[in-house]
Amino acid sequence: MKSRIATLAAALAIAIALPVLADSAGGRTPAPQFTLTARGGRDVSLAQYRGQVVMINFWASWCGPCRQEMPLLESIYKRYNKLGFALLGVNVEPDSKAADEWLKDTRVSFPILYDKDSKVSKLYEVAGMPCTVIIDRSGKLRVLHRGYKPGDENEYLDSIRSLIRE
Amino acid sequence: MQLRAGGSGVHGGSGRALSPFTRTLLALGIAVAPALAGVLPEDRADVMWHVYKGGDITIQGPSVLVRKKVGDNLSLSANYYEDMISSASIDVKLSASPYHETRKQESLAADYLHGKSTYSAGFITSKEPDYKANTEYFAVSQDMFGDLTTLTLGYRRGWDQVYRDIKAPQGFIENDPTFHERADHRGYSLSLSQILTRNAILGFNYELLTDQGYLANPYRKIRFLSPGQGAGFTLADQVYPNTRTSSSASVQLKYYLPYRAALTGQYRFFHDTWGITAHTAQIDYTHPVRKHLILDGSFRYYHQGPADFYSDLFPRANYQNFMARDRELAAFNSYTVGAGASWLFAMPFVPALGKNSINLRVDHLMIDYSDFRNALLAGTYGAGNEPLYKLNANIFQVFVSIWF
Amino acid sequence: MSVRVRVRVRLTVRALLVAVPLAALAGCAAPTPWVKPYEREHFADPIMSFNRDPVSSVYLDHVFESREGARGATGSVGGGCGCN
Repeated sequence: MKSRIATLAAALAIAIALPVLADSAGGRTPAPQFTLTARGGRDVSLAQYRGQVVMINFWASWCGPCRQEMPLLESIYKRYNKLGFALLGVNVEPDSKAADEWLKDTRVSFPILYDKDSKVSKLYEVAGMPCTVIIDRSGKLRVLHRGYKPGDENEYLDSIRSLIRE
Repeated sequence: MQLRAGGSGVHGGSGRALSPFTRTLLALGIAVAPALAGVLPEDRADVMWHVYKGGDITIQGPSVLVRKKVGDNLSLSANYYEDMISSASIDVKLSASPYHETRKQESLAADYLHGKSTYSAGFITSKEPDYKANTEYFAVSQDMFGDLTTLTLGYRRGWDQVYRDIKAPQGFIENDPTFHERADHRGYSLSLSQILTRNAILGFNYELLTDQGYLANPYRKIRFLSPGQGAGFTLADQVYPNTRTSSSASVQLKYYLPYRAALTGQYRFFHDTWGITAHTAQIDYTHPVRKHLILDGSFRYYHQGPADFYSDLFPRANYQNFMARDRELAAFNSYTVGAGASWLFAMPFVPALGKNSINLRVDHLMIDYSDFRNALLAGTYGAGNEPLYKLNANIFQVFVSIWF
Repeated sequence: MSVRVRVRVRLTVRALLVAVPLAALAGCAAPTPWVKPYEREHFADPIMSFNRDPVSSVYLDHVFESREGARGATGSVGGGCGCN
């Protein structure tokens, strides 16, 4: 009886621990590379920003929290751009008309890229809207943040500051 | 939570021509829960004027709704609603009962968002001179499976005070001091919303309701055959069971058409311990035109089988334990055709708020009763041979919605 | 193999049969959403809301319920836009 319980407990412990071990073993996967067309017509690729801390924000004009977040992203961009920080706003809509309309009223100075066929959304496994990803100077994925609630911008700032210092 | 009109309705007749079971139901203030889990509803204000004209009565009044976020996680809403009625329905004319003129209803609700769950609570109170109804409700709404599914569980409780209006010797209307009853209600609901494809979403609702207490109507009467007396029938008091349990389940499917339009189909099944079985089927079509106009069209079919203790004309006095002649419990078919238009506009000085709207809606309601006759015509046709009653009514709504 | 060892093996196998599915569960959350969050733009459109004008739908429900025997199950939950 005792050995049975012990074996079961050990098995359960391993079962619970495995996923945790997997997580902490290494979360530094290289960020998938991509090239997308930006507002203004030119092509922009992630490789151009190697050496900088890059934040990619997946957004859509129909998503309330995305719209709420944009002005805050703009102020973060303005503050840290000169310190080696880049921000890419990836719009996930198949038709960019609505997004362009909305951007007329909410000016942002960081590049807006159009992911019309969801190629990059799939690459980054976007699982919520908005979705924010932060990549370090060596091109590794460091932060994955799903959704937006007021106050999340502070988390972004903490991550950006520590990654800039690395 | 969206609040359904609670309190007793004055519709269908004046005074409480509305069988109080209906009033108790309305007193329940059915709470409609949108899938709030994950995102709170937007701040808005709606001001409406509604008019119902049919069956010899006109009922109209305002409805005002305000919803505002307080902080980032809480949304509060309040509603004020009134029914003002004029003229007497067929039921009031038959029983010659007095009728009052106004029902007022107020409600307050709060929705609290925490992660993927929304907790809601609300209170509704309805007052008219002979009926006071209170309802409280609670609900929890949860997003799951990548936010494709939203599950909502709700509970509500209602408690009513029932009075009876009589004509005082001096001529005015007052409460009968010898009449004071109570009715209590409880409701349990389960709702599910499921995104099926990029263009289709499915909704499912189940609701169990129980009532206890005085569920009858102190004004309405039953009639039994009495050849040679009066018009061939005699009026008598109705006798209702003092409990009722009902179950209803509905499905809705909403489909997005590629040229930007929405098509909705709905079906509901209802059954209760009074023997009533009902089917409801509805189809709606929403069609935006360019940037500033949205058109709506709908058709609703409703079929009801009678309550076990319902009869238009009982063969004799004290025929059975429970007896009612309220047409809400009769067998009938109901058809409603509706159309609406919304003009969208932006507020001056506020950028991109193009959702504000001025709305107009008209519905035409037809009810064909299979076993409810116009008893006022007994003299001409003979008791039991009067033509079956047909109701035709027009319903108008005008409202302005502002988002802020 | 002695009886004791055989019993031990059997128990360990049984424990693992329980633990492995648990481990698998710990890793997976639920069926992967087949409509991705970035594909839900239509559900954010107000015309796809189950309850676009609450004052109006509440009022019409009230009109019908005052005249009919049926009640309940008229509310419906709306679709999420996948935001947050």
